[in-house]
Amino acid sequence: METAIRKNTGWRLFIQTILGRAYPRVVGMSREKSWLFFDIFLPMLSVSAYVFVYRAIGAPEEYIGFVVVGGAMTAFWMNILWSMSSQLYWEKETGNLALYIMSPTNLMAILLGMALGGLVATAQRALGIILLGSLAFQVQYALGSFWQLLLVFFLAMTALYGMGMMTASLFLLLSREAWHIANLAQEPIYLAAGFYFPIKSFNFWVAAAASIIPLTLGLDAMRQLVFPSGPALGFLNVRLEIFILVGLAVVFITAARILLRKMERLAIREGRLTESRR
Amino acid sequence: MNLRSFRTAAWLGWKIESNWTDPFLFAVYSIIKPLAGAAILVVMYSVITNGDFTDPLFPYIYLGNAFYMYVGAVMTGVSWAIIDDREHYRTLKYMYVAPIRIPLYLIGRAVARFLTGSFSVFITIVFGALFLHVPIEIAQVDWLLFSLSLLMGVVLLALMGLTLAGITLLLARHSDYLGDAVAGGLYLFSGAVFPLDVLPAWLRPIGYAMPITYWLELLRRSLVGSVAQAFPTLANLSNGQLLAILGGMIALAAVVAVITFRWCDQQARERGYIDRTTNY
Repeated sequence: METAIRKNTGWRLFIQTILGRAYPRVVGMSREKSWLFFDIFLPMLSVSAYVFVYRAIGAPEEYIGFVVVGGAMTAFWMNILWSMSSQLYWEKETGNLALYIMSPTNLMAILLGMALGGLVATAQRALGIILLGSLAFQVQYALGSFWQLLLVFFLAMTALYGMGMMTASLFLLLSREAWHIANLAQEPIYLAAGFYFPIKSFNFWVAAAASIIPLTLGLDAMRQLVFPSGPALGFLNVRLEIFILVGLAVVFITAARILLRKMERLAIREGRLTESRR
Repeated sequence: MNLRSFRTAAWLGWKIESNWTDPFLFAVYSIIKPLAGAAILVVMYSVITNGDFTDPLFPYIYLGNAFYMYVGAVMTGVSWAIIDDREHYRTLKYMYVAPIRIPLYLIGRAVARFLTGSFSVFITIVFGALFLHVPIEIAQVDWLLFSLSLLMGVVLLALMGLTLAGITLLLARHSDYLGDAVAGGLYLFSGAVFPLDVLPAWLRPIGYAMPITYWLELLRRSLVGSVAQAFPTLANLSNGQLLAILGGMIALAAVVAVITFRWCDQQARERGYIDRTTNY
C-alpha cells in the first residue's frame, strides 16, 4: 500500500521549499562538529592577530572591541560569498542545479531557504566568535538601545542576504572563474566595509560608496550602539543608517527577484545549467 | 624522472592557476587581493598613529605581512593540490599510476602559486616603498642575506606543505580547513604583523618554536636592518645565529615531512583514500 503524500502548491510549496532548503544548512552544518569548531577557530585567529596589532601600536581599548565585532561579522560575509553567491555554481558542479530547475518549485524559494538556513547557522558561529573574543580580550560593552541593535542586525542581514541572492543569480552564469571571483571578494570587502576599523576613517565619499555593502552601515551602526565611544567614531547617525539599510534591503531583494528570472532564462538558453568546465 | 615530474607539475599548476581568465584580469586579480590585505593593516595603523609611517613598527608590520603571503602561496599550495586533484579534478589516482614521484609532483604544483605569490609580494613591497615610506634603500639591502633567506624560506614552506599534504590525504570533509588553520596559527604566533613581545608571556614560546619567526626576521633584517633590530624580540641573535637556527629547523622539517608523508601515503593506499571523493 502506498503512503499518500500531500503535494503542496502555491505559497505552501514556496514555504515548504524554503524550509526544505534551510534544513541542511542548519541541521547538516551542526552534525559535523569539526566544522563548527573551525568556523569559530579560524576567524578567531585573524581576530587575535588584529587585536595584537592594535595593542602593538597602542590603540585605545575600544578598538579591540571593534575588531571582535568585525571579526564575528566576517562569518556572515564568508557565508554570503561561499554559501550564497557561489552556491549555485557548486550546485551546478555537483549536478543539483538541474534538479532544482526541473522541480515544480521556485528558484527564489530555494535561494530564500539557503539564506534563512545560512543566516541561522552563521549566527551561531558569529555568536561564538563574539563570546570567545570578548572573554579572551575582555571587551567592555555599553549597550545603548537593545531594540535598535536588533533592528539594525535584522535589516543588515536582510539586505546582505538579499545581496547574496542577487549575486547568486549572476554566479549562475559563471564557471571556473566563480571560485576566483569569490576568493577575490574577501580582503577588498574586509577593507572597504571597515571590518577591523571604523569606516569613518575613510574619506566621506569612499565610505559612502562602501555603504552599498550592507555590512558597512550595519557594522557601523552596531558599533555605535554597543561601544561607549561608538557614536564619536560612527560614520552616520544610527537612524539614518537604519533608513538606508531599509532601502538597501528593498533594492537587493527586488533586484534578486528580477535578475534571477533573467539569468535563469539566459542560463537555460545558453546551456549553462549543466555545463561543468573544471 | 624527478626533474620531469617537478617541471610538468609546475606547468600544470600554472595552467590551472592562470587560464580561468585573460592575462590582464589575472594580473589585476593578483594585485588587488594582496594590496587590499595590506591596506587593512595600513589603515588600522594610520587611524591610530595619525599616519606616522616613520615609526619602525610600520615597516615591521608591513614587510612581515608582505612576506607572509608566501606561506599561503607555497605551503597551502602544496597541500591544496591533494584536494584539488582528488576531489575537484578527480585525477589524483591517475597521478599515482603515472611514472612520477608524488612528493615532487605536489611541490611542483605549488610553483605557480609561488610565482603569483612572488608577484604579489613584489607589488606590495614596491607600493609600500613608493607611497608609504617603507624605508627600503636598494643600495643598503643585504642581497646575499635576502636571497639566502628567501630560498631557505621557500624550501621550508614546501616541506611544511608536504607534511600537510600527507595529513590531507587522510582527511575528508575538513581537509580544506587544515591549510587555513596552520597558516592562521603561524600568522598569529610567528610575529608576522606584530613583535612577539606583544603576545602574552605564556604564548611567546610558541612563537620562538616556529621557523617562520626566524625567517621573517632575516628577511626584515636583509631589507631594513636597523628598523628590524629596533625590537628586542630577537635582537640578541646575530644574522649567522638566525640562519643557523633556521637551517636546523629546515632539517627537522625535512625529516618530519618525509616521515609524515610516507606514513600518510601508505595509510591512504591501504584505506583506499587515493581516489576517494566526498563531494567537498
